[in-house]
Amino acid sequence: MAPSFLFSQFMGGLTTAMFLFLIASGLSLVFGVMRVINFAHGSFYMIGAYLAWQMVEWLHPSGEAFWPAALFAALGVGALGAVVERLFFRSLYGREELYQLLFTYGLVLILGDAAKFIWGTGQLSVSTPPVLAGSVQIFGTTQPLYTLFIVAIGPAIAFGGWLALNRTGVGRMVRAAQMDREMLGALGANVGTLYTGMFVVSAFLAGLSGALVTPVQGIVPGMDVLIIVQAFIVVVIGGMGSLWGTFWGSVIYGEVLSFGILIFPGFSLFSVFALMAVILIIRPWGLFGRPL
Amino acid sequence: MGPVRAAIVTASDRAALPRRLPWTLIVFLILATVPWLGSRYNVFLAEQIIIDALFAVSLNLLLGTTGLVSFGHVAYFGVGAYVCGILMKTYGVPFTLAFPAAGLGTAAFALISGYFCVRLIKLYFAMLTLAFSQIVWAICYKWNDVTGGDQGLPEIPYPHLDWMSAVPGLTDLSIGDRFYLLSLVLIAVSLAVLHRIVRSPFGRVLTAIRDNPERAGFIGVNVRAYQLAAFVVAGAFAGLAGALYGIFSRGVFADYVFWSKSAEVMIMTILGGMGYFWGPPVGAAALVWLNQEITDYTEYWSFVLGAILLLLLFAFPGGIVGGIDTLWTRLRNTRRA
Amino acid sequence: MLEVSGLNKSFAGFRAVSNVSLTVDTRQIAAVIGPNGAGKSTLFNLITGHLRPDSGTVRLDGRDITGAAPHRICRMGIGRSFQRTNIFQKLTVFENLQAAFIVHRRRGRNFWARSDALYRDETEALLASIGLAGAENTIAGTLSYGNQKQLELGLALASDPQVLLLDEPTAGMSASETHETIALLERIAAERSLTLLFTEHDMEVVFQIARKIAVLHQGQVIAEGAPADVRNDPEVRRVYLGHGLVHTQ
Repeated sequence: MAPSFLFSQFMGGLTTAMFLFLIASGLSLVFGVMRVINFAHGSFYMIGAYLAWQMVEWLHPSGEAFWPAALFAALGVGALGAVVERLFFRSLYGREELYQLLFTYGLVLILGDAAKFIWGTGQLSVSTPPVLAGSVQIFGTTQPLYTLFIVAIGPAIAFGGWLALNRTGVGRMVRAAQMDREMLGALGANVGTLYTGMFVVSAFLAGLSGALVTPVQGIVPGMDVLIIVQAFIVVVIGGMGSLWGTFWGSVIYGEVLSFGILIFPGFSLFSVFALMAVILIIRPWGLFGRPL
Repeated sequence: MGPVRAAIVTASDRAALPRRLPWTLIVFLILATVPWLGSRYNVFLAEQIIIDALFAVSLNLLLGTTGLVSFGHVAYFGVGAYVCGILMKTYGVPFTLAFPAAGLGTAAFALISGYFCVRLIKLYFAMLTLAFSQIVWAICYKWNDVTGGDQGLPEIPYPHLDWMSAVPGLTDLSIGDRFYLLSLVLIAVSLAVLHRIVRSPFGRVLTAIRDNPERAGFIGVNVRAYQLAAFVVAGAFAGLAGALYGIFSRGVFADYVFWSKSAEVMIMTILGGMGYFWGPPVGAAALVWLNQEITDYTEYWSFVLGAILLLLLFAFPGGIVGGIDTLWTRLRNTRRA
Repeated sequence: MLEVSGLNKSFAGFRAVSNVSLTVDTRQIAAVIGPNGAGKSTLFNLITGHLRPDSGTVRLDGRDITGAAPHRICRMGIGRSFQRTNIFQKLTVFENLQAAFIVHRRRGRNFWARSDALYRDETEALLASIGLAGAENTIAGTLSYGNQKQLELGLALASDPQVLLLDEPTAGMSASETHETIALLERIAAERSLTLLFTEHDMEVVFQIARKIAVLHQGQVIAEGAPADVRNDPEVRRVYLGHGLVHTQ
């Protein structure tokens, strides 16, 4: 097998991985602090994509509007997250986890159809921003600039997130909340605001990744469900609540998928769930997570 | 934990509903007359409801009685459907053998998968059930030789029901109607068995496990063993429901096993009321009926389902039966006062 | 007879229980006392199988039960009540005890019988003996704190244990409730020929009914013996100076 081909597969896997990392990081964050799996995270991602498309339509379909559109989309989804958390999620905190999970699933159903209603069922697309529209030759393969951008952004966000968690006051609170929520409340920290904040950041990240994926992937109904399952698997592999866990989990997932298809075409579908099951059986808290 | 008068009541029948009327018998008789009194469409709807009722009650053995939240219950429904379908269609095995085989096969699968699942705590348990369920789906979707892959197994034959011609009154019924009656009887018996199990000493231990697994251990309960037993029983009955469904819907397809069906059956269970044995069947009836009505008017059924779910979670956690129970208790109290 | 020897347990470098040895003779009433964090609950958890010791053994009538699963240890005849009431909150009082009887009498594998009225008589008798007669249909979580503690005791007794471990049985009780509870414990221990081991903060209680006392401090046993000896032990006095343990009367 030619090295350039292998490199191509590797880059493909890495791209998938970094996209997934952007999305899964928010999921992992919310879980780490609030101990809840937000099924609607995929819906936030999808709405981010649709909003980005919408903004591009309004501002300037030629592509220069991409960056403000992406930012707007992320902010929009962040706002949606704030509304959801404050108005609804809040009242479920004392209740059984099952109810919280089902709530997020209800959101998936509602947001999914809302998107269908507003934007229809056809596939939409957004053109690559001109500044990143080209490609480069590396190791005999053609790599689109935009792909390289995404591959670079992943570690940048991971590092940025790490800095935020470990070097800021807020980050310290978040880490404390991950370890012991009740204690944090007892210490006088405003746990409610912290939760809202975390949820909003998570939604923002989801919306941003949705917006950023639009030049590479079509926007269709059902993308919410497709992505949440993958994000789920990534977070299980890497470890719930662990930023680096999510990062490496994404990389493993991306590369397994990329190379697995070569070995055995039907492999991918079955293998990722099998991988998830194996991790849960052997080491449920994932590679980098902590036993609950 | 919320207030003690939480929506979740124990499986012991604490319903304040009038006990004097034999509700289940009445409902059974009404259902039995549908082929004569109703149209073919009504029979179709009724069969959908009773199969979903069995499926939902089997889930509630885990959810409401034992406190195990499984997101992958559809896997057992699917395995049952495929086992029965494959045996009957590919190998020409008669229904009288294929049907129990589906139950046993699913039970075996539940034993193996359940063994791994019950070792995990709540959240991870739920995720592993989901993972197993998706593995089953992936296998069904891809294993063309055995499961028909994405084409599935269309045209599962009906069982031989010619003997029904000999029974007075049943001679003129179509094969579909006859199968409906057979299903009704099989499901009624299954529900009766499940009811017995829930009310048995075994069932009592399960409710103790649901309430406080740690304490259950300290009164001598091998919690994992009991949870596994519940898992196997629940899986087996889900498999039986699946077997009937495959024949009823004239085919077995991979999307029967997709995880959104697990969510659907869970919503049915909670809609009806997971604290009551007859909650899930009520939920099944309500949801199937609602689905039929609403999809006539709009394609946005998911939105409606999501809204119903949210309404349940915020306003009516006890579900339909829970709501009726509360209402009835309040009426009784005001009457006394 | 319950025999604990050389038990050790550490949590991430912190020695919770350090080389603890203790013997409780059959039908004896013994107490383990010590300040908060001395390791009393950890010791109980090690005995009842909730935790595995790093080293050391626990023997019941000569039989090694170290590190066995809690449900097996219960089956072997050790019952336990918890410091924070650990009952089946949403079940009725009757259902709470019924569950324990079902498991103890090995009816838990019965999928078929109707359980509605199973063990009603036994439950009523037990409730009467612990002072909760008539409370059968009350939902356990709605009972008063004191009554919950009584139910807690009932649950432990329903498994017909030979040895009963009680973790702070009078915690949070008023003086009169404490007296009642102690009288109840003494009576039940005598009626059922129980071996009793309990932990306590209230020294009155301890010196009233315990025939043997072990004093734990920072995970180690610093004194063990008859109440009078323990009271006068210089090490014990030193540790408890200021804690109001020693009553000079």
